[in-house]
Amino acid sequence: MGRYLIQRFGSMVVSLFFIVTITFILMQLAPGGPFASEKKIPPEIEQQMNEKYGLNDPLHIQYFNYLKDVAQWDFGPSFKYTGQSVNDIINRSFEYSLLLGLESIFLALSIGVFLGVIAALRHNTSVDYTAMVIAVLGISVPNFILAAALQYFFAMKLGVLPVARFDSFLHTILPAVALATTPMAFIARLMRSSMLDVLNSDYIKTAKAKGLNERVVTYRHALRNAIMPVVSYLGPLVVAILTGSFVIEEIFDIPGLGAEFVNSVTNRDYTVIMGTTVFFSALLLVSILLVDLLYTLIDPRIKFGKEGGKS
Amino acid sequence: MKKFNKFLLFSLIASLVLVLAACTGGDDEDTGDNGEETGEETGENTGEDTGEEAGGDSEQVLNVNIKEEPPSLNPGLASDTTSSSVLDQVFEGLTRIGPDGQPVNAMAEKIETSDDLTTYTFTIREGATWSNGDPVTAQNFEYAWKWVLNPENAETDYAYQLYSIKNAQKAKAGEVSLDEVGITAKDDKTLVVELEQPTPYFLHLTAFHTYYPVNQNVVEGNDEWFTDAGDTFVTNGPYKLESWSHKDKIVLKKNEDYWDAENVSIKTINMFMVENEDTALNMFNQGELDWVGSPFDSVPLASIPTLKEEGKLNISPLAGVYYYAFNVDEAPFNNKKIRKAFAMSINRKAIVENITQGGQLPAMALVPPTIWEENEEGYFQDNNVEEAKKLLQEGLEEEGMDELPPVTIHYNTSEAHAAIAQAIQDMWRQNLGVEVDLANEEWQVYLDTMGNGNFQVGRMGWLADFNDAINFLEIFQTIGGNNYTNWENEEYASLLEESRTITDKEERTSVLKEAEQIFMDELPISPIYYYTNVYIKKDYVKDVKPSAMGSINLKYGSIEK
Amino acid sequence: MSQPELNRAELEQSDFEPLVRDEAEAEKISGESTSYWQDAWRRFKKNKLALFGMGVIVFLGIMSFLGGPISGYDYYTNDYMVTNKAPSLEHWFGTDPLGRDIFARTWYGAKISLFIGIMAALIDVIIGVIWGAIAGYFGGRTDEIMMRIADILYSVPYLLVVILLMVILPQGLWTLILAMTFTGWINMARIVRGQVMQLRSEEYVLAARTLGANSNRIMFRHLVPNTLGPILVTLTLTIPNAIFTEAFLSYLGLGVQAPLASWGTMTSEAISALQYYPFQLFFPAFFICLTMLAFNVIGDGMRDALDPKARK
Repeated sequence: MGRYLIQRFGSMVVSLFFIVTITFILMQLAPGGPFASEKKIPPEIEQQMNEKYGLNDPLHIQYFNYLKDVAQWDFGPSFKYTGQSVNDIINRSFEYSLLLGLESIFLALSIGVFLGVIAALRHNTSVDYTAMVIAVLGISVPNFILAAALQYFFAMKLGVLPVARFDSFLHTILPAVALATTPMAFIARLMRSSMLDVLNSDYIKTAKAKGLNERVVTYRHALRNAIMPVVSYLGPLVVAILTGSFVIEEIFDIPGLGAEFVNSVTNRDYTVIMGTTVFFSALLLVSILLVDLLYTLIDPRIKFGKEGGKS
Repeated sequence: MKKFNKFLLFSLIASLVLVLAACTGGDDEDTGDNGEETGEETGENTGEDTGEEAGGDSEQVLNVNIKEEPPSLNPGLASDTTSSSVLDQVFEGLTRIGPDGQPVNAMAEKIETSDDLTTYTFTIREGATWSNGDPVTAQNFEYAWKWVLNPENAETDYAYQLYSIKNAQKAKAGEVSLDEVGITAKDDKTLVVELEQPTPYFLHLTAFHTYYPVNQNVVEGNDEWFTDAGDTFVTNGPYKLESWSHKDKIVLKKNEDYWDAENVSIKTINMFMVENEDTALNMFNQGELDWVGSPFDSVPLASIPTLKEEGKLNISPLAGVYYYAFNVDEAPFNNKKIRKAFAMSINRKAIVENITQGGQLPAMALVPPTIWEENEEGYFQDNNVEEAKKLLQEGLEEEGMDELPPVTIHYNTSEAHAAIAQAIQDMWRQNLGVEVDLANEEWQVYLDTMGNGNFQVGRMGWLADFNDAINFLEIFQTIGGNNYTNWENEEYASLLEESRTITDKEERTSVLKEAEQIFMDELPISPIYYYTNVYIKKDYVKDVKPSAMGSINLKYGSIEK
Repeated sequence: MSQPELNRAELEQSDFEPLVRDEAEAEKISGESTSYWQDAWRRFKKNKLALFGMGVIVFLGIMSFLGGPISGYDYYTNDYMVTNKAPSLEHWFGTDPLGRDIFARTWYGAKISLFIGIMAALIDVIIGVIWGAIAGYFGGRTDEIMMRIADILYSVPYLLVVILLMVILPQGLWTLILAMTFTGWINMARIVRGQVMQLRSEEYVLAARTLGANSNRIMFRHLVPNTLGPILVTLTLTIPNAIFTEAFLSYLGLGVQAPLASWGTMTSEAISALQYYPFQLFFPAFFICLTMLAFNVIGDGMRDALDPKARK
């Protein structure tokens, strides 16, 4: 296990190195000056700013400096928000995103698994069909359209939930639902088909034949095995939640990292773009590693070092 | 933020428990139920925590939306309207723009001007103090201004605001030492400022945030004094920065030690940062905000017709002009008559009534009517298609062309700019029979494109730094800077130079008028409309009005519920 | 164990006569021969939902060309007399803030959105198939390097990459498609690689090689056609994904730019007017959802039809 971890960690570092390099190159290729200003900055002042941020140094020096900083988890200063560092921005906004993300993951998992299971148990009944219609619709409606619709009906028309912002649990409901729906639908479908597979398998039939209680069979034996594909979907789930947060946080005015990233893109705040990209990638690599570990942990058939659940 | 950490911890544990339960699951009856319980628990927790936030002094509280995180609350570095809408409340310069739009004495108790209008002597008010108790001194001003002009201090985008002061520009460029700049603190209370030339609007400038003082005692040696509310954020204005939750909310509290505190009624100002305009409007409708629109944020376009019908919309003029710059080096805009033809075939009235909808005025001149009232009329007739066609024909003949080459309109990415560009595209296509393409880019990229002259027609706008015609006219004095048109005119430039030496007000105006006449005859730009402040407010908010400069003084306001 | 009494007809020996053994007859297949594809199509036809999806796509495709002419409006002419009008007899889907006909714009948007979806998916297939086939066929070091590259590119979330690329590329329809395919092909490459790896040890490949077929021929004449099923399914599911991505980018202001209009740009513009003119959002949003739905059910139907084992 130790060796496996080291190996995985090593390949993570390599991936991150490439990601840092690629984003650095991309941002160098980006057109337009780095300093946002509502009016034209006189040249002597612009020159002084370039000097301050080391933008006059040769490219390779800038690159190595950046690598060195990133290795120390320092993403440099924001160009737009003077006196604030990219780390400050990530630190303050990530907790909102994490909170929203966890709530969405929780919703997607619990409702998705639930729908999938009852659809499988009531195979080819109206329950099954209803669950699958919900799932297909969930996949077909883009999250930002759903978000706008939810906001319109529940906050503006009915006034039962807050329109936006992130001040209390009530505020989190609409964005979390909007974010969770698509992955929830995927999980429901995944769960349903894997549950059907398992229910038709011999050992379940044997267990039933032995006269075991239906509930015990379903929940202790079938569910435990049927949930494996859902566990391997956790990686893509994290990605879906993460990228979904770009628009959802915009729509619901949540000062999270997704909104911050989109903001930095519109402001062309290059250090923030690079910092958030690297952070997102690192986050993703870590969560995929965690999912793989989890997978090996709960499925004794999978051994360390073998192909795990990859996104 | 504390409440969040708690909430966070709960959710984290809840989710982890759930995931593990789901994966090793089966021993529990149903994973779904288990999860829901955890969810509810978490919910109650936060609910309680947030309850307290809503409370407080319900009277004399103003809730506004500043839309985004202020990029910089250092008056020397700030170069945007969001930052200045905060700074204007917490700091105070030598003067302040009063309710009638004219500068009134603020930190300065007495202002003396030399006869040639190039030396100003300010006497700092007795009893003017910083929020930490230090007295406000003339040295504070000298320190703050020279800090901005110091070439070592980068990011001082607005340093050029100080360039009216003698040797300021040279000092910023590193050509002369800071000691030679015309700013001298004679003693603790006397500040003498020498100017390059007579500057009739100088007392307008001293109200601007780049001219605010900073408290040398706390600022010196601390590069981050302005990044958070706290001991180092020492201010001298009517309000104190109570708290600054980044990207979320700023709270200002009345400064009881402010010299004019007895005339400040609003006690608390909550400045929310709600990026989405529709959300802000909803919060207004739900009573969470008292003000939506200029100068803090904007009223969503789609809501304007309804608000107008309900009589809720307030409109006041803003000294600014939205225009399309022609690149006079690029055919067909190298021809004056063709430029005129394009300018005349725009139906500005249709644009302001249907697209911008905020009571903007069609602009047929450069200097806004807030400065020169008669410019409401302008130099030519709006939507004069007949004349435009005639001019086009003449222009084409002069150039020896049979028909117009295709034209591309450049603009920076924004829904409003796109809508206007599409409207103008349609107008030119129909009125002049020219093929028109659109191209848009993000602001910084756009500035590069424009600066390199890679455009034919490009959208631009100018909001006045101070309420004087020269601020508009001098943009086009030389090529470069904010003049992207590649247009220069000797006569025009010399008229502007002449105006700088004139101390007589009327004579100066007539020289500037002459310059504008030349400009409108050459027409390197096509003005589209004059900006306005558009806002809605609750009826109980009194005496708060955005100025023509797009700034606001909440000091004068009150809440009368 | 007692034999149940069966009520059967009495048969005499004389009721039977021997059948003449005929070698030719014995080889004859009396049922109609169905190829893999015919079989798949037959199964697909039974799936009502998938057929419905097919119908929807065909309808949208036709309307994207006919919609404009039918309405009698073009998608770009401004008319300030009729801004923001609700659906009526003159303007079936209403008008937008510039007084343009939403019906005409919706179908113009259909053209752009479908074009983006299909082009992006096709380019993904082309790159993905070549990459995956080469990696899977040669295996070993080649495979290792190629898939390593793919893995690294894949470890950055897809939308993040697209957004980053849109930041540095000049905005336009083709750059949008380029950005979407930059890492979009990887999924396809992985699927093809997996399939090819499975198939390359099959006997027919060995036979082809023995007969002197070169690698190119084996890869693209023998292996790839046999992976067509999964490729098709992935293709169908890539299209709605690309349409969604374009709409998503439009919401962030990075989608196609005016005067082009896609469902995505129409939706994102209408979201801000939702409270006042909900119909402006309804139509483009409805068609995005409908298209995604249609492609999804077609994809499902195809998967079921092409892989009978996976049928549920």
